[in-house]
Amino acid sequence: MAGGKRTLASLLARWETILVFIFIAVIVFNSVASPYFLNPTNLLDTTFSFVEKGLIALAMTLGIIMGDIDISVAGIIALASLVMGALSSIGAGPAALVAAGLGTGLAAGFLNGLLATGFGIPMIAVTIGGISLFRGIAYAALGDQAFTKYPPAFAFLGQGYIPGTPVPFELLVFVVFAVLFIVLLHRTTFGRRVYAIGNNPVAARFSGVRVQRTRLAVSCITGFMAGLASVLLTSRIGSTRPNIAEGWEMEVITTVVLGGVAITGGRGKMGGVILGIFLLGFLKFGMGLINVPGDVQNIFSGVLLILAILLPGLVARRQEAAGLRKTRDT
Amino acid sequence: MIRLLKRRETTLILIIAVMLAAISARAPGFLKLGNLRDILTDTAILVIVSIGQMMVIITGGADLSVSSGIALCGMSVALLNWMVPGIPLPVIVALAIVIGFVLGSINGLLVSVAGIPPIITTLATLGIYRGAVFLESGGQWVSAHKMSEAFREFPHNAPLGISNLLLAAVLVAVAAAVFIRFTRTGREIYGAGGNRAAARFVGISLARIDYLVYAISGTLVGLAGLLWVSRYASAQNDTARGFELQTIAACVIGGVSMLGGSGSLVGVILGALFLGIVNNALPVIGLSPFFQMAIQGFVILTAIIVNSVVDRRTQAALLRTRKL
Repeated sequence: MAGGKRTLASLLARWETILVFIFIAVIVFNSVASPYFLNPTNLLDTTFSFVEKGLIALAMTLGIIMGDIDISVAGIIALASLVMGALSSIGAGPAALVAAGLGTGLAAGFLNGLLATGFGIPMIAVTIGGISLFRGIAYAALGDQAFTKYPPAFAFLGQGYIPGTPVPFELLVFVVFAVLFIVLLHRTTFGRRVYAIGNNPVAARFSGVRVQRTRLAVSCITGFMAGLASVLLTSRIGSTRPNIAEGWEMEVITTVVLGGVAITGGRGKMGGVILGIFLLGFLKFGMGLINVPGDVQNIFSGVLLILAILLPGLVARRQEAAGLRKTRDT
Repeated sequence: MIRLLKRRETTLILIIAVMLAAISARAPGFLKLGNLRDILTDTAILVIVSIGQMMVIITGGADLSVSSGIALCGMSVALLNWMVPGIPLPVIVALAIVIGFVLGSINGLLVSVAGIPPIITTLATLGIYRGAVFLESGGQWVSAHKMSEAFREFPHNAPLGISNLLLAAVLVAVAAAVFIRFTRTGREIYGAGGNRAAARFVGISLARIDYLVYAISGTLVGLAGLLWVSRYASAQNDTARGFELQTIAACVIGGVSMLGGSGSLVGVILGALFLGIVNNALPVIGLSPFFQMAIQGFVILTAIIVNSVVDRRTQAALLRTRKL
């Protein structure tokens, strides 16, 4: 197949193609559910509801391809939001808040990475502890209280539009980072190392890849992106409660897997994930249009997560079987 | 003697003893018999679910869906009890357990037959089961006055001298001890989690074991769901939210390796008791209950680090004993 002509059948079987079809179906469904959906201004506004998760999904893609799943990202959001709220209550300005949010995320990611690489513990096990610790600190500090005082200028990040356009500033941030991550994964040696580790960490080590250092870097990137999501989310809703972003880890992982990244690592493309982000975002928005409650939406996310893992496996198995038949015939 | 001192169980008993002494120094009433019994009662459900969780973790997986499973089983039987109050209690208990078994079997099939990684499977069903609670309840609570007297009294009744709640935990612990120590299948669980390739070569059916541990975990979740809603006399959409982390914490504190292959029942029970004591002691020593989650996270991370250091030492020691 490599280098050969792309037949229509192989194009149709590609996961990204399937995604495009589902995507179109979702758009059609939404525009039937609400006549206002397809209006460009409204369409741009819907992106507020999912670009923050999308930003984390970009980083999570690196992690999952490499075989490290960070399930503490939502906890990091809570912790970063707590730090920003605390600083804001003593009068810090917008720039300091942004720096604090990003810094907290980076620090939390660094801690996860240090524990995972330093003690040889699987990332998923470390971050099970991280979920409790990060969000727990927010609960311990806030209890049933909330930070709600943020400077007016801070609100622009999560609520503002690019001046003179109906394009949300959040969307611009997302587009910039999406391009950065495409380049990082598909055009740099760092990206190649991520794939190499995901396919076979031992072989990667023997080929001179600094496995632990790369894992630590990806963990820091993931923390940083969770911090960035926290900055935007906190700015958008203008408050910090300990239960902020609860359950986001499942949606983010679902998005990445839906985007065609193999949950076992080694395979996946950033383009597919970006498609997945918009697909799941519009799907959830559509469910909101017909008043499906959040807990029930999670049924869809959960089922989708399972299907997104099962279906490509089945397709691959059929293609393999077809390939075997072909070699036997010749 | 030195070997006994080196064991996780001994360390935990010492830590728990020191902790109890320190707490009772600040609050003399804490060590009273009545309060200790309350702690045991509070911890019974955690012990039951953690035992299932332990078997799953020993195979190298984790069951994140236990909290939603508890809510779904609990809500199902609470709704049934409300709609049809005449159904005898033994039937309700059996039904809760069957529902739990079915939920666990779904996890088990997805992991063993479909080959989806355990944490992803149970992260998905964590969301699905929680959503199902909302679907069947329509967002409503089943509160105390909607439950029959027999239903509410069940966990507190003590026909055998100790409350049914404690009795259930003791029975589950004894059955689990016999199962993992003395049956072939029970031993195979450890084999399946250690070295999977080796396990297959000695004839262990990995698919069967992988399915079984989730089914067992689900069955215990069913029992726990019934006990939870009847004990607190309330079934809600939020029932047991976040509880999965407590069960994993109990296991990790008890010395169960997240890599699979090792872990002891006594350790897990002590780990659960440790958490139970901490939770009960927070108000006594003047900390808000909101500190519970952060302490739990800190303890999980500490325990995971200790476990990994211990694992490495044992392996290094094993290598040394091997004469070349």
